[in-house]
Amino acid sequence: MDLTLRVWRQHGPNQPGAFEEYAAPDIRSHVSFLEMLDIVNDRLSLEDREPIAFEHDCREGICGMCGVMINGQPHGPQQGTATCQLHMRKFRDGDVITIEPWRATGFPVLRDLVVDRSALDRIIEAGGYITVDTGSAPDANLVPVPQEAAEASMDAAACIGCGACVAACPNSAAQLFTAAKLAHLNLLPQGQPERFMRTEAMVDTMESFFGSCTNHAECEEACPKQISIDFIALLNRDYIKAKWRNGRLAGQR
Amino acid sequence: MTTTEEAPVRRRYPWPIEFYRSAVGKKWVMALTGVALLGYIVAHMIGNLKLYFGAEEINHYGEALRDLGGNLAPRTHILWALRIGLLGAALLHVHAAYSLTYTNWKARGGRYRERDYIAVTYASNTMRLTGTVVLLFVFFHLADLTWGAAPAAPEEFFRGDVYSNLVASFERLPVAIFYVIANLALAVHIFHGTWSLFQSLGYSHPRFNIWRKRLAAGLTAAVVLINLSFPIAVQTGILKI
Repeated sequence: MDLTLRVWRQHGPNQPGAFEEYAAPDIRSHVSFLEMLDIVNDRLSLEDREPIAFEHDCREGICGMCGVMINGQPHGPQQGTATCQLHMRKFRDGDVITIEPWRATGFPVLRDLVVDRSALDRIIEAGGYITVDTGSAPDANLVPVPQEAAEASMDAAACIGCGACVAACPNSAAQLFTAAKLAHLNLLPQGQPERFMRTEAMVDTMESFFGSCTNHAECEEACPKQISIDFIALLNRDYIKAKWRNGRLAGQR
Repeated sequence: MTTTEEAPVRRRYPWPIEFYRSAVGKKWVMALTGVALLGYIVAHMIGNLKLYFGAEEINHYGEALRDLGGNLAPRTHILWALRIGLLGAALLHVHAAYSLTYTNWKARGGRYRERDYIAVTYASNTMRLTGTVVLLFVFFHLADLTWGAAPAAPEEFFRGDVYSNLVASFERLPVAIFYVIANLALAVHIFHGTWSLFQSLGYSHPRFNIWRKRLAAGLTAAVVLINLSFPIAVQTGILKI
């Protein structure tokens, strides 16, 4: 099929960018979206033109690096998949495809379609871990985990940190990401000792980079792992408890 | 440099203040004050249905509001307590909305050339607009039917005669139209608000979520049907002096 790409080109951070059009003729429908970009980049290189910079790694939907806005939809028109899992059979011959980087103040554009998502790492650093006694391996099943908790926690843990929730949000809020990371640990017995310190630290860090949730639920639609906004409700519940309890703890010193 | 040096401990304010400083806390406040304001809207709407029982009924109802508490409290004191609570809720609601809007505009790093929203609804997207329309309307509505301040209020305003004041006011076509527009805005506002507040208060469950939508739709329908009936009844002559 013959396509036309309308791609955001930007040479570096804080530089002006603009859309440029590229003809992408003769694309086979079974290649993936990223392979299509590879083909276009190969052709650009042969013509001695600058290839389009985009991020990618695993190309199987688990690393979370390849997120771009395709025709106004994060990760493109297919629900529940990342950009790399999108195939060109989802498009038609003659289509014009607009490809944009995530846009949020917390995600500055580094180059073309590549954004700096390290704000998400800052949120994880603030509390997205548990503290365990290292040393020899503990006996298996020493900590019983209720089945329901394990299931819910795994649903949240499916988050690959791609940033589509932020990109989709009209307020550029990172609520779904943070809620997923919190629920992942807060629902498990291993996450309990640091539960409320974690909740306050991660939410406060999140708010220093991103907007606030106004419950549009757009993130849920954009999420390649289809993580539910019900986890955001859990975040809201844990956060008020955290402010209360952590304040009390501070008073005991 | 010594490693034992402790980082300066930031002063912790009492927890409600700490909480309100955060965006999540502001959403809690939005939701809680939203519940208070919704409660008022429903009570006000149901009370106003007395209009259809005639001038006697509604005027007695107005009087009863001033007499709330009967002999247990000085006259109008309980009404004033409710009014102050409502005013506080409205101020917090508006302040939180204003502050969050500012945060969110700063957080938005440029517009997309193309953006195909799936979940965003007209209601969720226009909360700021509909909220502002409702706020402006509330000022007018108070001047019109509570304070009796001209030119918002009709010439023949007489304190305590709820029925005649209302009919005289709604007989003016521009006022009736403004009232209809404001109540449509209110309906759109509470459609998203009612659903959304449960999320902000952390109350969500797959089995319960469908009822959040139904409650929002029901409340919206009630507000549209009941509130819009008043100006229409006056304009069509069903309610007249």
